[in-house]
Amino acid sequence: MSEPVLEIRKLCVDYGLGDEAVHAVRDVDLTLHRGEVLGLAGESGSGKSTLAYGLTRLLPPPGVISGGEVIYHPVDGPPVDVLSLSPARLRDFRWAETSIVFQGAMNSLNPVHKVSTQLLDVIRAHEPGTTRAARLARARDLLRLVGIAADRLDSYPHQLSGGMRQRVMIAMALALEPQVVIMDEPTTALDVVMQRQILGQLAELRERLGFAVLFITHDLSLLVEFSDRIAIMYGGRIVEEAPAGELYRRALHPYTDGLLHSFPALRGPRRELTGIPGSPPDLRAMPTGCAFHPRCPRAFTPCDAELPLLGPPGDDDPGRAVACWLHPAAAAVPR
Amino acid sequence: MTTPTTDAPAVREEVLEAVGLTKHFPVSRRLGSLLTRTRPTVHAVDDVHLTLRRGQVTALVGESGSGKSTVARLLAQLYPRTAGTVRLHGEPVTVRGGRPFRAYARRVQLIFQDPFASLNPVHTVRYHLTRALRIHGNAGRTAADLDAALAKLLERVSLTPAERYLDKFPHELSGGQRQRVAIARALGADPDVLLADEPVSMLDVSIRLGVLNLLRDLKERLHLAILYITHDIASARYFADETLVMYAGRLVEGGGSETVTQSPAHPYTRLLIDSAPDPDRITGDAVAAGRERGDGEPPSLIRPPAGCRFHPRCPAAMPRCTTDLPPRLEVGDRPDHWAACWLYDPATVAAAREVNR
Ligand SMILES: Nc1ncnc2c1ncn2[C@@H]1O[C@H](COP(=O)(O)OP(=O)(O)OP(=O)(O)O)[C@@H](O)[C@H]1O
Ligand SMILES: Nc1ncnc2c1ncn2[C@@H]1O[C@H](COP(=O)(O)OP(=O)(O)OP(=O)(O)O)[C@@H](O)[C@H]1O
Ligand code: SF4
Ligand SMILES: [Mg+2]
Ligand SMILES: [Mg+2]
Repeated sequence: MSEPVLEIRKLCVDYGLGDEAVHAVRDVDLTLHRGEVLGLAGESGSGKSTLAYGLTRLLPPPGVISGGEVIYHPVDGPPVDVLSLSPARLRDFRWAETSIVFQGAMNSLNPVHKVSTQLLDVIRAHEPGTTRAARLARARDLLRLVGIAADRLDSYPHQLSGGMRQRVMIAMALALEPQVVIMDEPTTALDVVMQRQILGQLAELRERLGFAVLFITHDLSLLVEFSDRIAIMYGGRIVEEAPAGELYRRALHPYTDGLLHSFPALRGPRRELTGIPGSPPDLRAMPTGCAFHPRCPRAFTPCDAELPLLGPPGDDDPGRAVACWLHPAAAAVPR
Repeated sequence: MTTPTTDAPAVREEVLEAVGLTKHFPVSRRLGSLLTRTRPTVHAVDDVHLTLRRGQVTALVGESGSGKSTVARLLAQLYPRTAGTVRLHGEPVTVRGGRPFRAYARRVQLIFQDPFASLNPVHTVRYHLTRALRIHGNAGRTAADLDAALAKLLERVSLTPAERYLDKFPHELSGGQRQRVAIARALGADPDVLLADEPVSMLDVSIRLGVLNLLRDLKERLHLAILYITHDIASARYFADETLVMYAGRLVEGGGSETVTQSPAHPYTRLLIDSAPDPDRITGDAVAAGRERGDGEPPSLIRPPAGCRFHPRCPAAMPRCTTDLPPRLEVGDRPDHWAACWLYDPATVAAAREVNR
């Protein structure tokens, strides 16, 4: 695996303070390597967006980082501790090194300006020396990348469909040519042909420009196909991490297994969809032990009392990690 | 003489019908086009025919930007049509605002694409539902009537006990709960038709199943006619009786959901099905596969391609495809399975073979 570009260590994020605090992200360890696509999946409310906003310090109040560190490794120069950057340095970091496509970003285009104006502004801010003609050509290129005909450049956001607005946001993120791209549910409003096309473009660009992608979605089937590694989040913690193909072929955590069986299948016989019984945990009253145990079909003695920690499941599984008592080697790893 | 077989689907009562539905949006004239006389327009929807039936779910799938939401808005009479007719229970209807619009909305309710934006953040669930009941005259006379009506609405969307949800603000609900509230609000009108625009695409898989099961249940218990707009064709297979496929403003294929998803006939539908995420096709090759299929770009809707709008991307395009608009043609494998594609016209295919000889 290539060298790390972003290391997240024991990150904790709360909403609120003191007894009222909701622990939305707990002790998360995650490493993004240069040039890889790391998928992050999990149920609604599991803390995926909170993690993304925490590590870029864009948390809306009352969100606070209550522990851990985030280390960024620039292409040249010493590692940077993102959580202790001064506001000015933080702005540079965000602007030059990372770009985020927010969840629901399709509603964050400015309704009173044309798409062209907004896109050209971003390009100008990023490449101040260029001519208007060059910027316009680049804007057209970017829109073509996300499958929007150049004759729609002068549309206002309300004149575009939901999926088209989402694609404009992706184009804007790519305009910055960052080292790290964080995408939070960027393709939820898109048909599969378009999704595939955009993800294909993203993969091609990544090969050319070498950036790394943290791709957040609840669509696990999409991730399996397009990411190098996948991390699964449940109740604020990472519960499994593995190379994409291995995760699909042999899920170790029962929650991952449940997620993989919640999709209607397009091919093959129609099967009854089970989903995952029960409801997501209440962050204010987390179950003891493994947070998944009340819903887990395979829960047994230690599960409701002791917390399994994320660790390698056994000697024969390099590059994998799981937090589940079915794989006790994992829990045996000292913290 | 043919006698109807028992397994032929019963033809259900038509509730809402669109005939030749068309919408062109005018757009600002770019400098370059000052020379042309006509004002440019976006051909968002062209000549769409569809019928929604009582107790039946019709799925509308297709490319992002192909006009699905516009069809829903036209059916809800939120936009004036450029051309075409909308018939409710057989009567042609055109309404613009005011009392006639409210009367129409009592019968035909639209649920919007985005559960994050469709509820007002400063109002509680109680406020949203009470308002819907009042506007449509379903709130009853007394406070007790209203409470009973509210409880019944929430029960229909499985948000029980009602007291737990009534005084919550939208941000205190999960995405799936919010979408259920939006559906409950639509049901407050006691409609005949539900137009659901991507009701689940923003929701995660486990919640998604719950909302889709709810829609199926509403169809079965309340006999609603439902238009289910989605870009997830696999969910259309599971939840819709009939599936229609849209490309660049036009319907290109239609038929029973199992038929359309398992034996797609139109080359665009085939591309759509082939592109569905398939975990068995793992990392890397997926990108290359896409390129080989040559799945090009969506067309301009300001100057849509002549003939079949899919021809510039179509791997099977024949000479005629570039000039003549294909009509609905029977595919021939199942009754009611049609495709707007010249491949299903034997004469055209034979002529194309001649040329290639
Ligand atoms: N401003 C807030 N105040 C209190 N709790 C919050 C706030 N924002 C988020 N939360 C809670 O934090 C948890 C994690 O939320 P987050 O948005 O990170 O989830 P997610 O995994 O991104 O879910 P989704 O798939 O729905 O986007 C949720 O339980 C949510 O209710
Ligand atoms: N008010 C408007 N003015 C101009 N063009 C518009 C307007 N509303 C929609 N359009 C255009 O009409 C076309 C169809 O849009 P529509 O929203 O119906 O697509 P859709 O199929 O719902 O797409 P999505 O899956 O992305 O939601 C798009 O090209 C869009 O840009
Ligand atoms: S009509 Fe022609 S171009 Fe259009 S889909 Fe059929 S074969 Fe392809
Ligand atoms: Mg989120
Ligand atoms: Mg739409």
